[in-house]
Amino acid sequence: MDEIGKVVRNYVIREYLEEGDDREITETTPLISGGIVDSFSMVSLKRFLEKKYNIQIPDTDATPDAFDSVQRIVALVQRFQKPVTVGV
Amino acid sequence: MSNPALCEELATKSYEELAAGFDWSIAERELGYQPGGPLNIGWMCSDRICRLGLADKVALDWEDYQGNQRRFTFDDLRVLSNTVAQFLCQLGLQPGERVCLFMDRVPELYIGFLGILKTGAVAQPLFSAFGEESLLVRLQNAGTAAIFTQKKHVHKVRKIREQLPSLRDIIIVDAIETALQPREVKFQMEEAPRVKDFAVYPTTAESPSVLHYTSGTTGQPKGAQHVHYSIVSQYLTAKWVLDLHADDIYWCNADPGWVTGTSYGIIGPWSNGTTQVVLDSGFNAERWYEFIARRRVTVWYSAPTAIRLLMKEGTEIVRRHDLSSLRHLASVGEPLNAEAVIWSQQAFGRPFHDTFWQTETGCIVITNFPGMRIKPGSMGKPFPGITATLLNTRTYEPITQAGLAGLIALRPGWPSQVRSYWNNEAGFKAKFKNGWYLCGDRASIDSDGYFWFMGRDDDVINTGGHLVGPFEIESALLGHPAVYESAAVAKPDPVNMEVVKAFVTLKRGYEPSDDLELEIMNHIRKHLSPLAMPQEIEFVHSLPKTRSGKIVRRVLRCKEFNEPVGDLSTIMDD
Repeated sequence: MDEIGKVVRNYVIREYLEEGDDREITETTPLISGGIVDSFSMVSLKRFLEKKYNIQIPDTDATPDAFDSVQRIVALVQRFQKPVTVGV
Repeated sequence: MSNPALCEELATKSYEELAAGFDWSIAERELGYQPGGPLNIGWMCSDRICRLGLADKVALDWEDYQGNQRRFTFDDLRVLSNTVAQFLCQLGLQPGERVCLFMDRVPELYIGFLGILKTGAVAQPLFSAFGEESLLVRLQNAGTAAIFTQKKHVHKVRKIREQLPSLRDIIIVDAIETALQPREVKFQMEEAPRVKDFAVYPTTAESPSVLHYTSGTTGQPKGAQHVHYSIVSQYLTAKWVLDLHADDIYWCNADPGWVTGTSYGIIGPWSNGTTQVVLDSGFNAERWYEFIARRRVTVWYSAPTAIRLLMKEGTEIVRRHDLSSLRHLASVGEPLNAEAVIWSQQAFGRPFHDTFWQTETGCIVITNFPGMRIKPGSMGKPFPGITATLLNTRTYEPITQAGLAGLIALRPGWPSQVRSYWNNEAGFKAKFKNGWYLCGDRASIDSDGYFWFMGRDDDVINTGGHLVGPFEIESALLGHPAVYESAAVAKPDPVNMEVVKAFVTLKRGYEPSDDLELEIMNHIRKHLSPLAMPQEIEFVHSLPKTRSGKIVRRVLRCKEFNEPVGDLSTIMDD
């Protein structure tokens, strides 16, 4: 797991996993469909990512599917971290 | 001409014919209920269905996000709800006491609901995502005697149990290896000795059955007290509006922590002997479509928020699945916008039928009937047996002119009408004006008799189909060390219709920042629930107040909705 993945995973465990919930969170654990992060809580996770990585994730890209695992969240963050190249 | 896709009544009679000759005794007869005799929802949904020769029919096909599956016949419902009931009696539970169900959508929740009712106790379902403050308020108010929960949620009960002297038993349904603490007891439903015969407590029509908490503008949430007679409405509306047939596979997305999940996720389908499927999973379009296709779902009762999330995923994903089993679609929670109705026609070949009702009504009261012409964006017409009108906002007299806005009001007397608010008679009485029950919503009626939703008439926030009270949020906001004053209002949202927005003034020594905003958001999410979490926090220097110092949410809400604020003559500032 890369650095962003570790940060996201730790944040999910700390903020969203309930105290008695002993589920292991891996890169592919379903977060939204697994009921760990619901669609309302996704907003606070999005805010965290935007602040931590100084990015803006448009609402159209902040779908439950894009937030459904650590792996997908990492891909989302990396997509918006990349500089935009215009023309050649 | 009759339509073979519809049940007998709908196939042979128009809406007008059904409404004209309607009497709730239709449902009483079909349920075999003798007025004045015993009536128990737990028995009606299990033992009675077995006596009709459906003991071996599948009642519940359950699975979770990991693919774990469990299947129960109606005879399993009967025996396992007996097992739950006997277990509760052995704990010393008395009829009329409140038993909370605080679990994810696991089979123990659905079957436990019936078991509680069989003892004569009152079922009090609560959404498992509630934080300890939301839980505490509701358990304290109800004086709850016992709670069913899972080990993943029991820590929230442990945090508050010392403040709950009435709570005698904390029942953990999956505590195989969990060390028990004081007042805790293990109960594994399917491992317990099966109880084939249980003397169901002889509740009658007006015996309390279910206590659902709902939010209001002022004060803490109110416990809407329902009675066993509610099944008469829930049975018939499930049959006629959801159009449940003997061979249907029915899927209701709602969590039984909310009223849709009990009225139409338990009582409606099972009193009709209908097989239902449950997916204990969060939202995932691919998974949902795969589930419908594999389970061959025929009737789907969903919510506008979910439908709009599906719309965002497009129609290409729909075409990748065989959804040809779908026969009837319905929606509840908040108004279904016209675009969603039109989209569902394009995506699924049939429209979602919007239905309107609320915790207090216990059943669908205004609806788009199967077979009735749908006007996309309209709420439809009153269910037969429901007298609905609009009242003038000042005089509370019925409005007779088409197109004028007014308060949605219902003539009391339908079977599933709320009977009281728990320990809050004044709050209950305030819901009635001139002999009408006020729903708290505004609408207009067109010249064809269709109702058109316009908005709430109070400060309650309808987010994703759930009502959230501003007072509860504001109280929790004040529990954060940085918050000096707060106001919570609705903010328009394209998916959830409304979301919570909080306006906050800070104590000395605190400065607005992104970090603080996120911290406060998470504070509310953990203490109350994700639904109550403000999706936006605006730090302000002061809040609009009346001359007596009361915060005027209306000013803030109007700004969010770009609506005129109206008369500000009583506002102190500005």
